[in-house]
Amino acid sequence: MTAKGVGARLPRKEDERFLRGQGEYVANIRLPGLLEVAFVRSPMAHARIRAVAKPAGLETLVFTAEDLEGVQPIRAVSGLKGFKASEQPILARGKVRQVGELVAMCVAQTRAEAEDLADLVEIQSEELPAVVDMLQARAHPPALVHEEWGDNVFLESLVDDDLSQVKRDAAVSVKRKIKTARQHMSPMEGRGVVCEWNRRLGQLVMHSAAQMPHVNRAGLAECLGIDQGAIRVIAPDVGGGFGYKGILLPEEVALAWLCRRLGRPVRWIEDRREQLSANANCREHHYDLTLYADAKGKILGIDCEATVDSGAYSSYPFSACLEAAQVGSILPGPYKMDRYRCRTWSVATNKAPILPYRGVARTGVCFALELMVDAAARELGIEPHEMRLANLVQPAEMPFDNITKKHFDSGDYPEAVRRAAQMIGLAKIREQQKSATENLSSGYPAARRIGVGFSIYCEQAAHGTSVYHGWGIPMVPGHEQCAARLTPDGVLELRIGAHSHGQGMETTLAQVAHTVLGIDTNNVRLIHGDTALTPYSTGTWGSRSMVMSGGAVAAACDAIGARVKSIASKLLEVSAADLIFENGNIRVEGTDRRLTLAEVAHTWYRKPQLLPADVDPAGLEATAGYKAKVDTGTFSYACHAASVAVDTETGQVEILDYVIVEDGGTLVNPLIADGQVYGGTAQGVGTALYEEMPFDAQGQPLATTLADYLLPSATEVPAMRIDHLETPSPYTRFGQKGIGEGGAIAPPAAIANAVNDALAPLGVEITESPLTPRRIVEALLRVGK
Amino acid sequence: MKAPAFDYARPKDVAEAVKLLAEGGRAAAGTQSLGPMLNLRVAHPTLLVDLRGIDELRSVSENEKAVTLGACITHAQIEDRKVPDPTGGTMASVAASIAYRAVRNRGTIGGSLAHADPAADWPTALTLLNAVALIQGPKGRREIPVESLITGIFTTVLAADELIVALRIPKRSRRARYGYWKFCRKAGEFAHAIGAVLQDPETREWRAVLGALSGPPCLIQEKTLDDASLISSVAGIGEDAYSRRLHAVALKRALAQIQ
Repeated sequence: MTAKGVGARLPRKEDERFLRGQGEYVANIRLPGLLEVAFVRSPMAHARIRAVAKPAGLETLVFTAEDLEGVQPIRAVSGLKGFKASEQPILARGKVRQVGELVAMCVAQTRAEAEDLADLVEIQSEELPAVVDMLQARAHPPALVHEEWGDNVFLESLVDDDLSQVKRDAAVSVKRKIKTARQHMSPMEGRGVVCEWNRRLGQLVMHSAAQMPHVNRAGLAECLGIDQGAIRVIAPDVGGGFGYKGILLPEEVALAWLCRRLGRPVRWIEDRREQLSANANCREHHYDLTLYADAKGKILGIDCEATVDSGAYSSYPFSACLEAAQVGSILPGPYKMDRYRCRTWSVATNKAPILPYRGVARTGVCFALELMVDAAARELGIEPHEMRLANLVQPAEMPFDNITKKHFDSGDYPEAVRRAAQMIGLAKIREQQKSATENLSSGYPAARRIGVGFSIYCEQAAHGTSVYHGWGIPMVPGHEQCAARLTPDGVLELRIGAHSHGQGMETTLAQVAHTVLGIDTNNVRLIHGDTALTPYSTGTWGSRSMVMSGGAVAAACDAIGARVKSIASKLLEVSAADLIFENGNIRVEGTDRRLTLAEVAHTWYRKPQLLPADVDPAGLEATAGYKAKVDTGTFSYACHAASVAVDTETGQVEILDYVIVEDGGTLVNPLIADGQVYGGTAQGVGTALYEEMPFDAQGQPLATTLADYLLPSATEVPAMRIDHLETPSPYTRFGQKGIGEGGAIAPPAAIANAVNDALAPLGVEITESPLTPRRIVEALLRVGK
Repeated sequence: MKAPAFDYARPKDVAEAVKLLAEGGRAAAGTQSLGPMLNLRVAHPTLLVDLRGIDELRSVSENEKAVTLGACITHAQIEDRKVPDPTGGTMASVAASIAYRAVRNRGTIGGSLAHADPAADWPTALTLLNAVALIQGPKGRREIPVESLITGIFTTVLAADELIVALRIPKRSRRARYGYWKFCRKAGEFAHAIGAVLQDPETREWRAVLGALSGPPCLIQEKTLDDASLISSVAGIGEDAYSRRLHAVALKRALAQIQ
């Protein structure tokens, strides 16, 4: 490892502009003649639209579905058997199926004036019963979200197994209903779109806060009925995405159409209320679970019925099958078991579509499974972490194919649990709980009870074609490319189709280039976030970019390196095999003879007469690709442990300590990896204790501002401690694994297990997230405490 | 979202402000509540009367019996003890617990009271302190104790053309003690329950207030509060068992601060 290569704790190159407030986001873009758009959104969750009346005299500034001639609805179809497709209209036609659905588009000089116009548009409609509860939606539907389906089920899936033997053998069978709240993704920057029409190229240029610009372009082209070459998507700096910015929004299609229609630039910047009430929903799961174990705590089998509230539409490109179908395949987590049965339903309701949020289905699955493990451990009278140790895949068994054929690449799962138990001070906490007189400096000792909880997950990341093709969704990842160029002055330009929205890829990919070519990271420029300038990519999602783009950058640097060596071997009159890259130079091994990369580049571009006669005319530009040796993905994992104090009078939970033992394989930049873990865990704390998007019986969202939708802030996020194991993946270029999502997966389970550990002596167990004071107090009241 | 169009006036004195209110204007001070209401288009004033240019509303006076704070004194000024604190620090600590510093820098004591959000701090704290609101309208001045000023959620006895000019907060003996405890799920959030008590052994004054109710702050009459009377004092309030529990706990913990 060098000071700037793979493995270095290098501060982020991006921070120079971000920390000075000089990032450039969509909302910073100002174009001459720019018009602002405000949308008229449905105030009702489910209604038949009779008419949409434009304000008299202002008709030319208001657009409805009638105007969008030739524009197709968004269709994200899954190839999974039995999947029912939905058509998400760009502007509502016939029916509205969620509060906040787009009904009309108003354009004016300023956003405020556009909103004035929107206030004047009248929707005449007939309200229909709203489908709000996912279990009711399936079993006793009050209405059909999509009448033509005959029911409210996007997709049903079954992983079947015979559990009869397991039921006979089990010493305990633990049965629980577990629920995770509907949540909302809250990137600091919302969505935003600025569209302009380039007359010279006959091309729509869309600036969008997007994490998957190439996929956006494909979806846009399908909806607009124009070829992909007629669209250029530019994603400038993106202030957090978490999955939300991978989605093709109806707003994007509407703005693209409007820009073409008017021949003028238009923009829409999402406000927090639009985001909360209409768009960035996620995470709502319900589980009906039975876990069978023997007397020593060995898991014999799991039986699960899981329902996911998928909302009104199947979103592009991940579709409405993403969460529920994944639940079936990932529920067993990092554990071994003999039998496993899981039936899942993706249910349509009159709510915003559920979108993939950091961790995707894993956060819910981890919550469900890890609560079950603790419940079983309590029933058996064994320590929860011991029960985990008894069931985890052992390091000697790696690589390991689990019961759902997931291929775990490497790692020492039990060691993560053992270290976490030690770091959190399990033995000491048990003593404190026994002595009952707890010596905490603040608070009300009689009302405070302390507890400790663990959770462990493994996370499939950077998974490729063999995993995704079966889902048959509009986007199947496989390979990844990088187009690299050494400029005449020796700067390396890297072009990739993935896009950073907080991952620090300008830094980490420069570290990869440094490791291959010895080039200083300050002489590497990353060009990304522009479909016109970069190779196609499915984008940055699924914890994939460090593995996939990292691999592609290394491959492109290899290709450039070979050509540099070929030129240098002529100039230095040595064999290319004797040359090595080092500190921005190419040096003859064992001697001081060297050329700088800039000297080689200068020769190629400016003094071609000095080049060898048989020089590769492809030059110092190379596009190279990467595909993992085994494309089922890397499996990073982590054990989180929390100690909490629960105020049994108010139900308030205080996190006293929080530790994470994480294995992301080879860490390309441990500083950035820690940042990913901190940020993800902060979101996990939100999932555990604060974040919830409730609805009333009419399908109205009840948390439409950040005063009602509680996000954890600096005060509520604990000072977590991180320890890293570094077990390289055998399948990736440097042994790196994807870890971007992991932090957000484990906290709800760890914190809930800690709360339940604290409350167990009172006979209380919470199985619903977030663990709000109300839920805790009401559970205590039910047992008379 | 953006605010609808409105006119803006910045009067120089209270009389001019009251005149503008009588013409249909809406008073604006720190705009920490009104600002979001405008942007969410919940409030649609045609004229905003910015009170921050009026010296009298930012003035402070003190005599042997009371401190009088102008209505536009900010939470931050009270928190930072830039103005006299008749409670010897309790008002400063209440101010410091309001929302976030950015809100406290602009939000005002008079604005908070006039807005009468039940979950805000000043309606409860000023009821506890038996403060008196000095009010000016077109017909002149009147004085109303804060405990009778607020009549419901976001509702006061103030007429549309009346303005809180100042708050007179009585001084108490050096032996007076104050307890104030509120429950928020996270730092800066509006309270879900507030308990407040004061006791002055020299004058035998005793007051206890429950706040963050679905109505105005509630003065508690019982002179001695044990566990049983606590439960009975919250029996009639709160929306449900959870809310009653939080309020009982808030009052108990406020009491614990002065015992």
